[in-house]
Amino acid sequence: MAKSVTEISRGLAAGKFSSVEVTQDYLARIAEFNPSLNCFISVTDELALAQARQADDRRAGGEADALTGVPLAHKDLFCTDGVRTSCASRILDNFIAPYDAKVIENFKSAGAVMLGKTNMDEFAMGSSNENSHYGCVANPWNTAHVPGGSSGGSAAAVAAGLAPGASGTDTGGSIRQPAAFCGVTGIKPTYGRVSRYGMIAFASSLDQGGPFARSAEDCALLLRTMAGFDRRDSTCSEQAVPDYPASIGRGVEGLKIGLPVEYFAEGLDSKLAAVIETAVDELRRLGAEIQDISLPNTGLSIPTYYVVAMAECSSNLSRFDGVRFGYRCEDPVDLEDLYKRSRGEGFGAEVKRRILIGTYALSAGYYDAYYLKAQQLRRMIKDDFQKAFSSVDLILGPTTPGVAFRIGAKTDDPVSMYLQDIYTISLNLAGLPGMSLPVGFVDGLPVGMQLIGNYFDEAGLLNAAHSYQQVTDWHLQTPELKV
Amino acid sequence: MSDWESVIGLEIHAQLATVSKIFSGASTAFGAAPNTQACVVDLGMPGVLPVLNHEAVNMAIRFGVAIGAEIDHHSVFARKNYFYPDLPKGYQISQFELPIVGKGHIFISPDEGVSKEVGITRAHLEEDAGKSIHDQFPEQTAIDLNRAGTPLLEIVSEPDMRSAKEAVAYARKIHSLVRYLEICDGNMQEGSFRCDANVSVRRKGDQKLGTRAELKNINSFRFLERAINHEIERQIDLIEDGGKVVQETRLYDSERDETRSMRSKEEANDYRYFPDPDLLPVAISDEDIARIRAALPELPEQKKQRYINDLGLSDYNAELLTSSRDTAIYFETALAAAPELVAQLANWILGDLTGALNKANVEMTAVPIEPAMLAQLVTRIADSTISGKIAKEVFEAMWQGEGSADEIIEARGLKQITDSGAIETLIDEVIAANPEQVAQFRAGKEKVLGFFVGQIMKQSQGKANPGQVNAMLREKLKA
Repeated sequence: MAKSVTEISRGLAAGKFSSVEVTQDYLARIAEFNPSLNCFISVTDELALAQARQADDRRAGGEADALTGVPLAHKDLFCTDGVRTSCASRILDNFIAPYDAKVIENFKSAGAVMLGKTNMDEFAMGSSNENSHYGCVANPWNTAHVPGGSSGGSAAAVAAGLAPGASGTDTGGSIRQPAAFCGVTGIKPTYGRVSRYGMIAFASSLDQGGPFARSAEDCALLLRTMAGFDRRDSTCSEQAVPDYPASIGRGVEGLKIGLPVEYFAEGLDSKLAAVIETAVDELRRLGAEIQDISLPNTGLSIPTYYVVAMAECSSNLSRFDGVRFGYRCEDPVDLEDLYKRSRGEGFGAEVKRRILIGTYALSAGYYDAYYLKAQQLRRMIKDDFQKAFSSVDLILGPTTPGVAFRIGAKTDDPVSMYLQDIYTISLNLAGLPGMSLPVGFVDGLPVGMQLIGNYFDEAGLLNAAHSYQQVTDWHLQTPELKV
Repeated sequence: MSDWESVIGLEIHAQLATVSKIFSGASTAFGAAPNTQACVVDLGMPGVLPVLNHEAVNMAIRFGVAIGAEIDHHSVFARKNYFYPDLPKGYQISQFELPIVGKGHIFISPDEGVSKEVGITRAHLEEDAGKSIHDQFPEQTAIDLNRAGTPLLEIVSEPDMRSAKEAVAYARKIHSLVRYLEICDGNMQEGSFRCDANVSVRRKGDQKLGTRAELKNINSFRFLERAINHEIERQIDLIEDGGKVVQETRLYDSERDETRSMRSKEEANDYRYFPDPDLLPVAISDEDIARIRAALPELPEQKKQRYINDLGLSDYNAELLTSSRDTAIYFETALAAAPELVAQLANWILGDLTGALNKANVEMTAVPIEPAMLAQLVTRIADSTISGKIAKEVFEAMWQGEGSADEIIEARGLKQITDSGAIETLIDEVIAANPEQVAQFRAGKEKVLGFFVGQIMKQSQGKANPGQVNAMLREKLKA
């Protein structure tokens, strides 16, 4: 069975198999392994087969795109016309949007097939996928461990071969961290590269959609379709989308790569650090010039992020009030009761914690000390990167401080959970693109390496990752699945 | 009462006359079936995003330029967070710091010959909420989101007004201005133009402002005046009785003609304003401002000066004719049909026409007498076809829809008698019938002349030319 998006795309083009056949294969694997992995909240078998038939017809008519007929999975916060979009929350358990997110529209018009909607942390708030109304996703490499979050379902589905590629979103690391934990490749593009229309917001100034797949080459193919201007999102860039698949394969000869000393300091697992160093050596052998750099305000990124993200989410989630859609409590006695119980019963604990913190940070008398201060720090963090990019082309480091932890290990300690995002979060604050690719294992669990690029240099990231994947096979490893 | 001074500031919400909403493509038309003009953005559905309608920004700039305000090159939309069923997103997109329109001013004339400058603190853009309907379904509140997302310009004045009369003059002036600028239809019944008043009182000479109450729910200028006067009285009574004014929001109830407390400062929301991350800051260039300034229509003040200087109207009449755009348009349209009759047209418009409109409670835009019809009427007086007195009858008939002045004069046979033979016959008859009064006149009692004129006019059913009657009567009586 074909494993990568690229292979499926080529196989379909060559007539080796049909979209219906590939789709049936994936649906069969989902039926077999999803009950134990819990990657999907909704599996859309009938729709998938109908789309596959359409794709085969389209290909027969000679109108095929590279993704026509390729089955994919989508994080359950991209609104899908006629298919439930739950955000892994009880409050949206019954919500069916009457519109498609721009990302979904793009995949539809390319003729891609939707296998289903993937599990995630509720409203994308979490780093372990344990905050889902539909239960945690199991890491396919070790089902006692978390897949990472918030896009845990998408990452695990790709790792387990339940989908060759999947969409995700990244607000503080929600694509890169689960990609690292599950041993797959994922890219968070520059803020504004992918439209946020129809993508249920967590923190509007940080959220960005991007793909997961088995390789950089696959990500290039998927991102080319996801990215692009959308007038319905005022923060979406009008910059033309490069042909990513055509811009990989340039090699890394002479490429200047910076290693932030702060990313290799205290807090990083030493075995994981050794794996990253081996990967750095590989890039050096390929001709990259490696140098140390400094991002001195790295330590400020977590507190800054949690003020900005929580402030924005406290407001973004106000629309879930039990009035127009979603969960409404039984027999409300008055308006206040309706609000309090619908929200109290509809939201999970982590979401409530973040709404409360964000509400506090925006309150009269605290706004200057928290929100305004965070905005100032955000500029400092951004300036750190701008300075670094004056001397290097890419920045490299670990994606996470350690490998996937056991389910339940950090649920009682939110701050330790938040520290999972220490290397990923500052990119969202700066709006920069970053990706994670598998570079080895520690204790049988995958290690992710993060590459950070300058604004709109997704092609540079994909090219470097592709060069590495041309000479290594970590991305080709697959977990042994038990039913 | 006389040692008290009241201090009033107004917040006016003017709905901008854009075709579509401020952050979505849905229509802003009034009166559609509930929730038929609310798209997914207006409904606050998950994942949808606002996109700014730049026409609303242009209209705000128009207003800013017209009041001589500072227009910032960088303006920011902010979220005002609170829960209410007719506020779908749980926040209203408004402006907090960095509004589009900064400090400006206008002049008001609360009394004839008085001109007073009123400062405008700021004017900012925001989206309107939907409507909660409490009386349609028993025990249930219905929500109509057609209005949600309609652009509003909130115009905030300085606390420069010192009486309800001044506040009304200010509100009328702003109303007139937004109509002139064609940025708001000004319809107060439909809620297109709404006033909130901040009212406080202090002893004359005090520098410190008293605690203010905010009056809401005022939908006519008449109610504005009454609500403010009530509130001033209430606050003075309260303080004189040893009480204290508390900062609160009060609703004006026009049926009971009173204000009552809606919420106190303690119950007030903490709106947690912060810049809306879904919208980019609005960049306004000097070229944008210059282009909008160049396209401004003639404003009331300029029009008034032109009426005084070019048309020779009095300051008072010029002020009244320009106080509403509709009146000015009516006047200018009528004048185009009778260019020589400036003063006569002004008098008819400000007198009989305004009186009839007020009496029938009809807006100038719905006046049954077209400007050209009034011009014809005034022309018929000038060319002596009818007398001023008969003209009133013709005016009344035109108001009732009986046709043009000429048609009515013809149909009712109102044409003035200017044939001196016919008038002479009338005079002779009256003189013959009243020998006693003739004797009085000849004895030097000039006043009796009026009696004769009256009798002759009566005989002619008002149609005899009064000028001719006067002259000929004098000749006859002296003979």
